[in-house]
Amino acid sequence: MGANTHFDLEEVTVRQANQALQEAEAGSFSIANPKGAHALACGLDAPLEVTIDGHVGYYCAGMNKEADVRVDGNAGTGLAENMMSGRVHVTGNASQSAAATAHGGLLVIDGDASARCGISLKGADIVVKGNVGHMSAFMAQTGTLVVLGNAGDALGDSIYEARLYVRGEVASLGADCIEKDMGPEHHEQLRKLLDAAGCEGVETSEFRRYGSARKLYNFNVDNVDAY
Amino acid sequence: MSNDNWGLRESYTFDRNTIHEIQRAANTGIYRIRGWGAKRPLPTFDDLVFLGASASRYPLEGYRESCNTAVTLGTRYAKKPIELKIPITIAGMSFGSLSANAKEALGRGASEVGTSTTTGDGGMTPEERGHSTQLVYQYLPSRYGMNPDDLRKADAIEVVVGQGAKPGGGGMLLGQKITERVAEMRNLPEGIDQRSACRHPDWTGPDDLEIKIQELREITAWEKPIYVKVGAARPFYDTTLAVKAGADVVVVDGMQGGTAATQDVFIEHVGIPTLAAVREAVRALQELDMHRKVQLVIAGGIRSGADVAKALAMGADAVSIGTAALIAIGDNDPEYEEDYRKIGSAAGYYEDFQAGNDPAGITTQDPELAKRLDPVKGGQRLANYLRVLTLEAQTLARANGKSDVRNLEPEDMAALTVEAAAMAGVPLAGTGWIPGQNG
Repeated sequence: MGANTHFDLEEVTVRQANQALQEAEAGSFSIANPKGAHALACGLDAPLEVTIDGHVGYYCAGMNKEADVRVDGNAGTGLAENMMSGRVHVTGNASQSAAATAHGGLLVIDGDASARCGISLKGADIVVKGNVGHMSAFMAQTGTLVVLGNAGDALGDSIYEARLYVRGEVASLGADCIEKDMGPEHHEQLRKLLDAAGCEGVETSEFRRYGSARKLYNFNVDNVDAY
Repeated sequence: MSNDNWGLRESYTFDRNTIHEIQRAANTGIYRIRGWGAKRPLPTFDDLVFLGASASRYPLEGYRESCNTAVTLGTRYAKKPIELKIPITIAGMSFGSLSANAKEALGRGASEVGTSTTTGDGGMTPEERGHSTQLVYQYLPSRYGMNPDDLRKADAIEVVVGQGAKPGGGGMLLGQKITERVAEMRNLPEGIDQRSACRHPDWTGPDDLEIKIQELREITAWEKPIYVKVGAARPFYDTTLAVKAGADVVVVDGMQGGTAATQDVFIEHVGIPTLAAVREAVRALQELDMHRKVQLVIAGGIRSGADVAKALAMGADAVSIGTAALIAIGDNDPEYEEDYRKIGSAAGYYEDFQAGNDPAGITTQDPELAKRLDPVKGGQRLANYLRVLTLEAQTLARANGKSDVRNLEPEDMAALTVEAAAMAGVPLAGTGWIPGQNG
């Protein structure tokens, strides 16, 4: 497969498009008429550039490695779930569980992300330019969630070592999640992520940082009210 | 533990174990967490017997005539189904919960007799992949260690919805077992109590599961069988929904199924016995006209070739063993009696898999203890045990005139209790009565 290969999902199946993408070693690709198709551009394993023109269904770019996937539209549940590396960019909104369990790479959502954004995050970075829904970063282990808008209820519930930066309001923090100081290394990390996501004119000083209080790391009967 | 004063009467309601648990709870304020599976008396396959041949049934010669034990799992959609020589597989158990040597032993033993083993919560280790000719990769709610490379290295994928020891519960691995290697595989700090989620992070019901299975197939080129494993809760509906979601294989795990670490109250009081689950799962497949098209694997307390044969006779295509496999490789070995005593247990009773100080070196991450298990010898013992189970199941099949263990059928059995007759859907011995079906 060479450069600028085009798939029209009115003419080929998701399986055919995915197979071609999964077997490609390089190149740029465009996909037309996704019409909410599920599992599109999932399991990619090479430094491809993939552009999807329209809305996608569940698990778009799931388990992505190395590829740069851009969705000009909205994305359904589980966008970039378990991503290992690469970059996924959605110009619209994303449904629940965006970047769930993702290990690496960068997910950028220009609009809002629904509930459980970054759930069980395992190392990836997420930048949401709008708001995130409730239970975002639930049990997030490591990695970073940046929210330029507001966060819903129970942000970071049962969080491990992931870092959360929120510019707007946080409806409530989940169990064992607390606000933490912004040190120089946090400003530096946040600046890099904002730049990588193309957030011009946004200052790191506008953000607050949240993370684990680490009080629930080992079961202790004194914390029974928190369980 | 016994006393020789016959004037003392132990309370049935408050027996010594119950009294001990009340005292323990009062002293610590924490519920009991342990490994193993349900220990209290439950209806089991022992409550069924085979009828054998008679004037109306013609047996096969035990040492001459062949009796097939091979089974293929994943014939519905997968391009590369799993071909097993025996209908007994090794259930999912994690590296982390088990030592690397124990995982290697399981892989060696299963491979030697031509069956599969299964990863667990914590990902795939090179030891396990290297020593397992057929490896099922569990896809769990926590997704610890989950990555697409290992997914593609697997021979089948098992989406774990639930587990017999704890349907509706997540797992835990206590801090003492979160060593550097385990922590790295799970992206967690060392030494913390690791909780495994009870719900999948990116799907919430059977309609979502159907799409999740589609994604897994897309990522693995529609080659690998997709199993869906459920704890025995509502097996008729769970099996129906798994089939609807596109499973190639349904695994139903009864409440005797083991765990590495779960609350005792969960192990003993949630889920239904394996015996009761099989019939309901088979009925679901039959009503969908998918029996034998979607294969059924039964797990939870399988110990002998008789258990294997009875599960197959009720309609399962294969069984899966966990606890029995650990015992086969050396768990609860009397050789370590002194060491079991030192930690307040005894060979034959040891269940503290969560503690990490297993004298047999199996449920531990302590390198010194882990050395006690020779993976080659452990694998050999497991292979021996699997051969015995297979020979026993064949013996019973031949006695009932069957040239394939899967030709065993409910009509070959009778129940010894009213409860078993109702649960298994076979007549009470000496009668034609199946409670709920014909009176």
